[in-house]
Amino acid sequence: MTHASHADLGGTRGHGPVVPEPEGELWHAAWEPRALALTLAMGASGQWNIDNSRAARESLPGYLRLGYYEIWIAALCRLLAERGLVGADELAAGRALHPPRPVARVLRAGEVAAVLARGAPTERPAPSAPRHAVGDRVRTWAGDVPHHTRLPRYVRGRTGTVVAHHGAHVFADAHASGRGEMPQHLYTVAFEGRELWPDAADRAEAGALVVSVDAWEPYLEPAAAGPGDVHRDAAARRR
Amino acid sequence: MDLRVRALETLLVQKGYVDPAALDALIETYERRVGPRNGARVVARAWADPAFRERLRLDATRAIAELGYQGRQGEHMVVVENTPDTHHMVVCTLCSCYPWPVLGLPPTWYKSAPYRARAVREPRAVLAEFGVVLPEATRVRVWDSTAEVRYLVLPMRPEGTDGWSEERLAGLVTRDSMIGTGLPRPAAAAGGPPA
Repeated sequence: MTHASHADLGGTRGHGPVVPEPEGELWHAAWEPRALALTLAMGASGQWNIDNSRAARESLPGYLRLGYYEIWIAALCRLLAERGLVGADELAAGRALHPPRPVARVLRAGEVAAVLARGAPTERPAPSAPRHAVGDRVRTWAGDVPHHTRLPRYVRGRTGTVVAHHGAHVFADAHASGRGEMPQHLYTVAFEGRELWPDAADRAEAGALVVSVDAWEPYLEPAAAGPGDVHRDAAARRR
Repeated sequence: MDLRVRALETLLVQKGYVDPAALDALIETYERRVGPRNGARVVARAWADPAFRERLRLDATRAIAELGYQGRQGEHMVVVENTPDTHHMVVCTLCSCYPWPVLGLPPTWYKSAPYRARAVREPRAVLAEFGVVLPEATRVRVWDSTAEVRYLVLPMRPEGTDGWSEERLAGLVTRDSMIGTGLPRPAAAAGGPPA
Protein backbone atom coordinates (compact mmCIF):
# COMPACT_ATOMS: atom_id res chain seq x y z
CA MET A 1 0.00 0.00 0.00
CA THR A 2 1.36 3.40 -0.93
CA HIS A 3 1.93 5.75 1.94
CA ALA A 4 0.97 9.40 1.47
CA SER A 5 2.11 11.97 4.03
CA HIS A 6 0.05 15.09 4.62
CA ALA A 7 2.59 16.39 7.13
CA ASP A 8 5.44 17.34 4.80
CA LEU A 9 4.85 21.08 5.02
CA GLY A 10 8.27 22.70 4.55
CA GLY A 11 8.06 25.52 2.01
CA THR A 12 4.37 25.07 1.20
CA ARG A 13 2.23 28.17 0.71
CA GLY A 14 -1.07 29.50 1.94
CA HIS A 15 -0.91 28.85 5.69
CA GLY A 16 -1.25 32.39 7.02
CA PRO A 17 0.64 34.00 9.89
CA VAL A 18 2.39 32.31 12.81
CA VAL A 19 0.56 33.05 16.05
CA PRO A 20 3.02 33.42 18.96
CA GLU A 21 2.01 32.12 22.35
CA PRO A 22 3.19 33.02 25.87
CA GLU A 23 5.50 30.63 27.67
CA GLY A 24 3.67 28.33 30.06
CA GLU A 25 0.47 27.93 28.05
CA LEU A 26 0.71 24.16 27.89
CA TRP A 27 -2.86 23.11 27.20
CA HIS A 28 -5.84 24.55 25.38
CA ALA A 29 -8.44 22.03 26.55
CA ALA A 30 -8.79 19.74 29.54
CA TRP A 31 -8.47 16.61 27.40
CA GLU A 32 -5.11 17.57 25.89
CA PRO A 33 -2.92 16.46 28.82
CA ARG A 34 -4.84 13.17 28.92
CA ALA A 35 -4.23 12.74 25.17
CA LEU A 36 -0.51 13.35 25.66
CA ALA A 37 -0.28 10.94 28.59
CA LEU A 38 -2.29 8.19 26.87
CA THR A 39 -0.04 8.45 23.81
CA LEU A 40 3.16 8.30 25.89
CA ALA A 41 1.89 5.46 28.09
CA MET A 42 0.76 3.35 25.12
CA GLY A 43 4.03 4.16 23.36
CA ALA A 44 5.81 2.57 26.32
CA SER A 45 3.75 -0.62 25.89
CA GLY A 46 6.16 -1.78 23.20
CA GLN A 47 3.43 -2.52 20.64
CA TRP A 48 4.79 0.01 18.15
CA ASN A 49 7.75 2.40 17.77
CA ILE A 50 7.94 6.18 17.35
CA ASP A 51 8.32 5.88 13.58
CA ASN A 52 5.14 3.78 13.40
CA SER A 53 3.43 6.58 15.35
CA ARG A 54 4.71 9.28 13.00
CA ALA A 55 3.65 7.24 9.97
CA ALA A 56 0.17 6.73 11.44
CA ARG A 57 -0.22 10.44 12.17
CA GLU A 58 1.08 11.92 8.93
CA SER A 59 -1.11 9.68 6.76
CA LEU A 60 -4.39 10.60 8.49
CA PRO A 61 -6.68 11.94 5.74
CA GLY A 62 -7.80 14.89 7.87
CA TYR A 63 -4.29 15.82 9.01
CA LEU A 64 -4.35 19.50 8.04
CA ARG A 65 -7.79 20.10 9.52
CA LEU A 66 -7.04 18.52 12.91
CA GLY A 67 -5.44 20.06 15.99
CA TYR A 68 -2.17 18.49 17.05
CA TYR A 69 -3.47 16.42 19.95
CA GLU A 70 -6.49 15.44 17.81
CA ILE A 71 -3.97 13.99 15.38
CA TRP A 72 -2.28 12.13 18.23
CA ILE A 73 -5.58 10.63 19.43
CA ALA A 74 -6.70 9.65 15.93
CA ALA A 75 -3.36 7.95 15.27
CA LEU A 76 -3.41 6.25 18.66
CA CYS A 77 -6.86 4.79 17.92
CA ARG A 78 -5.63 3.67 14.53
CA LEU A 79 -2.58 1.88 15.98
CA LEU A 80 -4.67 0.29 18.75
CA ALA A 81 -7.10 -1.06 16.15
CA GLU A 82 -4.38 -2.20 13.72
CA ARG A 83 -2.59 -4.12 16.48
CA GLY A 84 -5.87 -5.71 17.57
CA LEU A 85 -5.58 -4.18 21.04
CA VAL A 86 -9.06 -2.69 20.89
CA GLY A 87 -12.04 -3.38 18.65
CA ALA A 88 -13.99 -0.81 16.68
CA ASP A 89 -16.99 -1.78 18.78
CA GLU A 90 -15.04 -0.98 21.95
CA LEU A 91 -13.88 2.41 20.64
CA ALA A 92 -17.50 3.21 19.83
CA ALA A 93 -18.79 1.97 23.18
CA GLY A 94 -16.01 3.57 25.24
CA ARG A 95 -15.59 0.43 27.34
CA ALA A 96 -14.03 -3.00 27.15
CA LEU A 97 -16.16 -5.67 25.45
CA HIS A 98 -13.46 -8.29 24.79
CA PRO A 99 -10.55 -9.69 26.81
CA PRO A 100 -7.27 -7.74 26.50
CA ARG A 101 -4.41 -8.83 24.29
CA PRO A 102 -1.06 -9.32 26.02
CA VAL A 103 1.27 -6.29 25.75
CA ALA A 104 5.04 -6.24 26.22
CA ARG A 105 4.84 -3.92 29.23
CA VAL A 106 2.53 -1.62 31.15
CA LEU A 107 4.11 1.63 32.30
CA ARG A 108 3.67 2.06 36.07
CA ALA A 109 3.67 5.43 37.84
CA GLY A 110 6.84 4.59 39.73
CA GLU A 111 8.70 3.92 36.48
CA VAL A 112 7.76 7.14 34.69
CA ALA A 113 10.75 9.23 35.78
CA ALA A 114 13.27 6.52 34.92
CA VAL A 115 11.66 5.67 31.57
CA LEU A 116 11.61 9.34 30.51
CA ALA A 117 15.18 9.89 31.71
CA ARG A 118 16.37 6.87 29.73
CA GLY A 119 14.53 7.90 26.56
CA ALA A 120 15.13 5.90 23.43
CA PRO A 121 18.59 6.65 22.00
CA THR A 122 18.76 5.76 18.30
CA GLU A 123 22.52 5.59 17.78
CA ARG A 124 23.75 2.09 16.89
CA PRO A 125 27.05 0.45 15.97
CA ALA A 126 27.86 1.43 12.40
CA PRO A 127 27.20 -1.39 9.91
CA SER A 128 29.84 -0.04 7.51
CA ALA A 129 32.23 2.84 6.99
CA PRO A 130 30.51 6.17 6.34
CA ARG A 131 30.24 7.00 2.64
CA HIS A 132 30.42 10.77 3.17
CA ALA A 133 32.56 13.09 5.28
CA VAL A 134 32.10 16.58 6.64
CA GLY A 135 32.67 19.02 3.79
CA ASP A 136 31.50 16.62 1.04
CA ARG A 137 28.97 17.81 -1.52
CA VAL A 138 25.95 15.51 -1.73
CA ARG A 139 22.73 15.34 -3.72
CA THR A 140 19.48 14.14 -2.19
CA TRP A 141 17.11 11.54 -3.60
CA ALA A 142 14.89 13.27 -6.15
CA GLY A 143 11.96 10.92 -6.53
CA ASP A 144 8.79 9.97 -4.72
CA VAL A 145 9.06 7.73 -1.68
CA PRO A 146 6.25 5.16 -1.41
CA HIS A 147 6.58 4.74 2.35
CA HIS A 148 7.19 6.82 5.48
CA THR A 149 10.33 8.89 5.06
CA ARG A 150 12.08 11.76 6.82
CA LEU A 151 13.44 13.35 3.66
CA PRO A 152 11.25 16.43 3.16
CA ARG A 153 10.11 17.23 -0.38
CA TYR A 154 11.61 20.72 -0.32
CA VAL A 155 15.13 19.31 -0.19
CA ARG A 156 14.66 16.47 -2.70
CA GLY A 157 16.95 16.53 -5.69
CA ARG A 158 19.01 19.34 -4.15
CA THR A 159 22.73 19.65 -3.66
CA GLY A 160 24.13 20.52 -0.27
CA THR A 161 27.15 20.09 1.97
CA VAL A 162 27.65 17.60 4.78
CA VAL A 163 28.24 19.67 7.94
CA ALA A 164 28.04 16.90 10.55
CA HIS A 165 28.19 13.13 10.82
CA HIS A 166 26.26 11.72 13.78
CA GLY A 167 27.28 8.06 13.54
CA ALA A 168 24.76 5.38 12.57
CA HIS A 169 21.15 5.69 13.73
CA VAL A 170 17.98 3.64 13.48
CA PHE A 171 16.71 4.27 9.94
CA ALA A 172 13.24 5.79 10.23
CA ASP A 173 12.08 4.62 6.79
CA ALA A 174 12.74 0.98 7.65
CA HIS A 175 11.69 1.23 11.28
CA ALA A 176 8.28 2.66 10.32
CA SER A 177 7.51 -0.11 7.88
CA GLY A 178 8.34 -3.25 9.82
CA ARG A 179 11.80 -3.77 8.35
CA GLY A 180 13.61 -3.46 11.66
CA GLU A 181 16.13 -0.83 12.69
CA MET A 182 18.52 -1.13 9.70
CA PRO A 183 20.97 1.44 11.18
CA GLN A 184 22.40 3.88 8.64
CA HIS A 185 24.89 6.72 8.88
CA LEU A 186 23.18 10.00 9.69
CA TYR A 187 24.45 13.38 8.46
CA THR A 188 23.44 16.98 8.77
CA VAL A 189 23.30 18.38 5.24
CA ALA A 190 23.14 22.14 4.72
CA PHE A 191 21.67 23.82 1.64
CA GLU A 192 22.05 27.38 0.44
CA GLY A 193 18.73 29.23 0.39
CA ARG A 194 19.19 29.89 -3.34
CA GLU A 195 19.47 26.16 -4.02
CA LEU A 196 16.15 25.48 -2.27
CA TRP A 197 14.20 28.56 -3.35
CA PRO A 198 15.32 29.73 -6.80
CA ASP A 199 12.11 31.73 -7.44
CA ALA A 200 12.51 35.46 -7.75
CA ALA A 201 9.90 35.96 -5.04
CA ASP A 202 12.15 34.29 -2.48
CA ARG A 203 15.38 35.95 -3.55
CA ALA A 204 15.53 38.57 -0.83
CA GLU A 205 15.45 35.96 1.94
CA ALA A 206 17.30 33.17 0.14
CA GLY A 207 20.52 35.10 -0.34
CA ALA A 208 21.43 35.09 3.36
CA LEU A 209 19.76 31.79 4.29
CA VAL A 210 21.13 28.32 4.95
CA VAL A 211 18.81 25.44 5.85
CA SER A 212 19.87 21.99 6.99
CA VAL A 213 18.13 18.65 7.43
CA ASP A 214 19.35 15.49 9.10
CA ALA A 215 19.59 12.84 6.40
CA TRP A 216 20.37 9.14 6.49
CA GLU A 217 22.90 7.80 4.01
CA PRO A 218 20.35 6.12 1.69
CA TYR A 219 18.89 9.59 0.96
CA LEU A 220 22.23 10.85 -0.41
CA GLU A 221 24.60 10.37 -3.28
CA PRO A 222 27.92 12.09 -3.91
CA ALA A 223 27.72 15.32 -5.92
CA ALA A 224 30.42 17.08 -7.86
CA ALA A 225 32.35 19.50 -5.69
CA GLY A 226 31.25 23.06 -6.11
CA PRO A 227 31.40 26.41 -4.41
CA GLY A 228 29.24 27.05 -1.43
CA ASP A 229 29.88 28.93 1.74
CA VAL A 230 28.14 26.44 4.02
CA HIS A 231 31.54 24.88 4.72
CA ARG A 232 31.87 27.35 7.55
CA ASP A 233 29.26 25.32 9.43
CA ALA A 234 31.46 22.27 9.49
CA ALA A 235 33.59 23.52 12.37
CA ALA A 236 32.94 21.85 15.72
CA ARG A 237 30.17 19.62 14.46
CA ARG A 238 32.48 16.64 14.08
CA ARG A 239 32.19 14.18 16.94
CA MET B 1 -13.15 15.54 22.00
CA ASP B 2 -13.33 15.62 25.77
CA LEU B 3 -15.79 12.71 25.88
CA ARG B 4 -13.88 10.79 23.25
CA VAL B 5 -10.57 11.00 25.10
CA ARG B 6 -12.23 10.16 28.40
CA ALA B 7 -13.88 7.11 26.85
CA LEU B 8 -10.56 6.01 25.34
CA GLU B 9 -8.84 6.35 28.72
CA THR B 10 -11.58 4.30 30.40
CA LEU B 11 -11.26 1.62 27.76
CA LEU B 12 -7.47 1.39 27.97
CA VAL B 13 -7.52 1.30 31.76
CA GLN B 14 -10.19 -1.44 31.75
CA LYS B 15 -8.06 -3.42 29.33
CA GLY B 16 -5.11 -3.08 31.68
CA TYR B 17 -2.90 -1.44 29.03
CA VAL B 18 -2.39 1.78 30.99
CA ASP B 19 -2.02 2.59 34.68
CA PRO B 20 -4.03 5.75 35.49
CA ALA B 21 -1.44 6.77 38.09
CA ALA B 22 1.22 6.67 35.36
CA LEU B 23 -0.89 9.06 33.26
CA ASP B 24 -0.98 11.50 36.16
CA ALA B 25 2.78 11.15 36.68
CA LEU B 26 3.44 11.84 32.98
CA ILE B 27 1.30 14.98 33.01
CA GLU B 28 2.84 16.21 36.25
CA THR B 29 6.32 15.77 34.78
CA TYR B 30 5.66 18.14 31.88
CA GLU B 31 3.55 20.56 33.92
CA ARG B 32 5.99 20.96 36.80
CA ARG B 33 9.44 19.53 36.18
CA VAL B 34 10.34 19.60 32.50
CA GLY B 35 10.03 22.96 30.74
CA PRO B 36 11.98 25.88 29.29
CA ARG B 37 13.43 26.90 32.67
CA ASN B 38 15.68 23.85 32.30
CA GLY B 39 17.05 25.16 29.03
CA ALA B 40 17.43 28.63 30.54
CA ARG B 41 19.74 27.12 33.17
CA VAL B 42 21.80 25.46 30.44
CA VAL B 43 22.12 28.75 28.57
CA ALA B 44 22.96 30.73 31.71
CA ARG B 45 25.70 28.27 32.61
CA ALA B 46 27.11 28.45 29.08
CA TRP B 47 27.21 32.24 29.37
CA ALA B 48 28.86 32.16 32.79
CA ASP B 49 31.23 29.20 32.42
CA PRO B 50 33.48 29.01 29.33
CA ALA B 51 34.54 25.44 30.17
CA PHE B 52 30.90 24.32 30.21
CA ARG B 53 30.31 26.12 26.93
CA GLU B 54 33.20 24.18 25.42
CA ARG B 55 31.76 20.90 26.70
CA LEU B 56 28.41 21.87 25.13
CA ARG B 57 30.18 22.33 21.80
CA LEU B 58 31.91 18.96 22.00
CA ASP B 59 29.03 16.83 23.32
CA ALA B 60 25.87 18.72 24.14
CA THR B 61 23.97 15.62 25.28
CA ARG B 62 26.57 14.88 27.95
CA ALA B 63 27.07 18.51 29.01
CA ILE B 64 23.32 19.07 29.42
CA ALA B 65 23.09 15.87 31.47
CA GLU B 66 25.49 17.47 33.97
CA LEU B 67 22.51 19.63 34.98
CA GLY B 68 20.27 16.56 35.19
CA TYR B 69 18.39 17.08 31.92
CA GLN B 70 18.32 14.07 29.63
CA GLY B 71 16.19 11.39 28.03
CA ARG B 72 13.07 11.36 25.94
CA GLN B 73 13.28 13.66 22.90
CA GLY B 74 16.70 14.87 24.01
CA GLU B 75 18.73 11.70 23.46
CA HIS B 76 21.01 13.31 20.85
CA MET B 77 21.44 17.02 21.53
CA VAL B 78 23.25 19.65 19.47
CA VAL B 79 23.63 23.25 20.68
CA VAL B 80 23.97 25.96 18.02
CA GLU B 81 25.43 29.32 19.03
CA ASN B 82 24.15 32.66 17.81
CA THR B 83 26.80 35.20 16.83
CA PRO B 84 26.63 38.72 15.43
CA ASP B 85 26.96 37.08 11.97
CA THR B 86 24.58 34.14 12.29
CA HIS B 87 21.14 33.69 13.82
CA HIS B 88 19.96 30.11 14.34
CA MET B 89 16.35 28.93 14.20
CA VAL B 90 14.96 25.45 14.81
CA VAL B 91 11.94 23.83 13.15
CA CYS B 92 10.49 20.39 12.46
CA THR B 93 8.79 20.66 9.07
CA LEU B 94 7.62 17.03 9.18
CA CYS B 95 6.01 16.89 12.64
CA SER B 96 6.90 18.49 15.98
CA CYS B 97 10.38 17.29 16.99
CA TYR B 98 11.56 19.44 19.90
CA PRO B 99 14.12 19.06 22.71
CA TRP B 100 11.78 18.08 25.54
CA PRO B 101 14.27 17.71 28.42
CA VAL B 102 15.40 21.34 28.06
CA LEU B 103 12.30 23.05 26.63
CA GLY B 104 9.37 20.86 27.68
CA LEU B 105 6.45 20.39 25.32
CA PRO B 106 6.41 22.50 22.14
CA PRO B 107 4.12 25.53 21.90
CA THR B 108 1.16 25.31 19.52
CA TRP B 109 2.74 27.57 16.91
CA TYR B 110 5.81 25.33 16.69
CA LYS B 111 3.54 22.41 15.69
CA SER B 112 1.38 24.53 13.39
CA ALA B 113 1.38 24.50 9.59
CA PRO B 114 2.36 28.19 9.20
CA TYR B 115 5.57 27.84 11.20
CA ARG B 116 6.56 24.48 9.73
CA ALA B 117 5.89 25.67 6.18
CA ARG B 118 7.48 29.10 6.38
CA ALA B 119 10.46 28.78 8.74
CA VAL B 120 12.58 27.15 6.02
CA ARG B 121 11.53 29.54 3.25
CA GLU B 122 10.98 32.99 4.75
CA PRO B 123 12.39 32.88 8.28
CA ARG B 124 12.81 36.66 8.45
CA ALA B 125 9.13 37.15 7.75
CA VAL B 126 8.36 34.63 10.49
CA LEU B 127 10.75 36.37 12.89
CA ALA B 128 9.01 39.66 12.19
CA GLU B 129 5.75 38.09 13.40
CA PHE B 130 7.55 37.42 16.68
CA GLY B 131 8.71 41.04 16.77
CA VAL B 132 12.31 40.12 15.94
CA VAL B 133 14.14 42.16 13.29
CA LEU B 134 17.73 41.12 12.61
CA PRO B 135 20.44 43.29 11.08
CA GLU B 136 20.44 43.01 7.29
CA ALA B 137 23.90 41.42 7.25
CA THR B 138 23.01 38.63 9.70
CA ARG B 139 22.80 35.23 8.06
CA VAL B 140 19.81 33.08 9.07
CA ARG B 141 20.63 29.42 9.68
CA VAL B 142 17.62 27.11 9.98
CA TRP B 143 17.86 23.59 11.43
CA ASP B 144 15.07 21.24 10.32
CA SER B 145 14.89 18.40 12.89
CA THR B 146 14.22 15.51 10.54
CA ALA B 147 15.85 12.70 12.57
CA GLU B 148 16.38 12.14 16.31
CA VAL B 149 18.94 14.93 16.74
CA ARG B 150 17.43 17.76 18.78
CA TYR B 151 18.66 21.34 18.57
CA LEU B 152 18.90 24.05 21.23
CA VAL B 153 19.84 27.61 20.30
CA LEU B 154 22.38 29.32 22.54
CA PRO B 155 21.43 32.99 22.23
CA MET B 156 23.95 35.80 22.61
CA ARG B 157 24.48 37.04 26.15
CA PRO B 158 22.80 40.43 26.62
CA GLU B 159 24.98 43.48 27.14
CA GLY B 160 25.41 44.82 30.65
CA THR B 161 25.28 41.47 32.45
CA ASP B 162 28.92 41.20 33.51
CA GLY B 163 29.26 39.51 36.86
CA TRP B 164 25.64 38.35 36.99
CA SER B 165 24.88 35.08 38.75
CA GLU B 166 23.68 32.13 36.66
CA GLU B 167 20.28 32.40 38.30
CA ARG B 168 19.94 36.04 37.35
CA LEU B 169 21.14 35.35 33.81
CA ALA B 170 18.63 32.50 33.46
CA GLY B 171 15.87 35.02 34.12
CA LEU B 172 16.73 36.72 30.82
CA VAL B 173 16.46 33.53 28.76
CA THR B 174 13.10 33.03 27.08
CA ARG B 175 11.79 29.84 25.53
CA ASP B 176 11.60 31.51 22.12
CA SER B 177 15.22 32.65 22.36
CA MET B 178 16.23 28.97 22.63
CA ILE B 179 14.16 28.04 19.54
CA GLY B 180 15.51 31.03 17.65
CA THR B 181 12.21 32.88 17.24
CA GLY B 182 13.09 35.33 19.98
CA LEU B 183 15.98 37.10 21.68
CA PRO B 184 16.84 37.11 25.39
CA ARG B 185 15.41 39.92 27.49
CA PRO B 186 17.73 42.91 27.77
CA ALA B 187 19.51 43.39 31.08
CA ALA B 188 17.38 46.41 31.85
CA ALA B 189 14.26 44.23 31.84
CA ALA B 190 15.51 42.35 34.90
CA GLY B 191 15.44 45.58 36.92
CA GLY B 192 17.40 46.55 39.99
CA PRO B 193 21.14 46.79 40.52
CA PRO B 194 23.33 43.74 39.91
CA ALA B 195 22.98 41.16 42.67
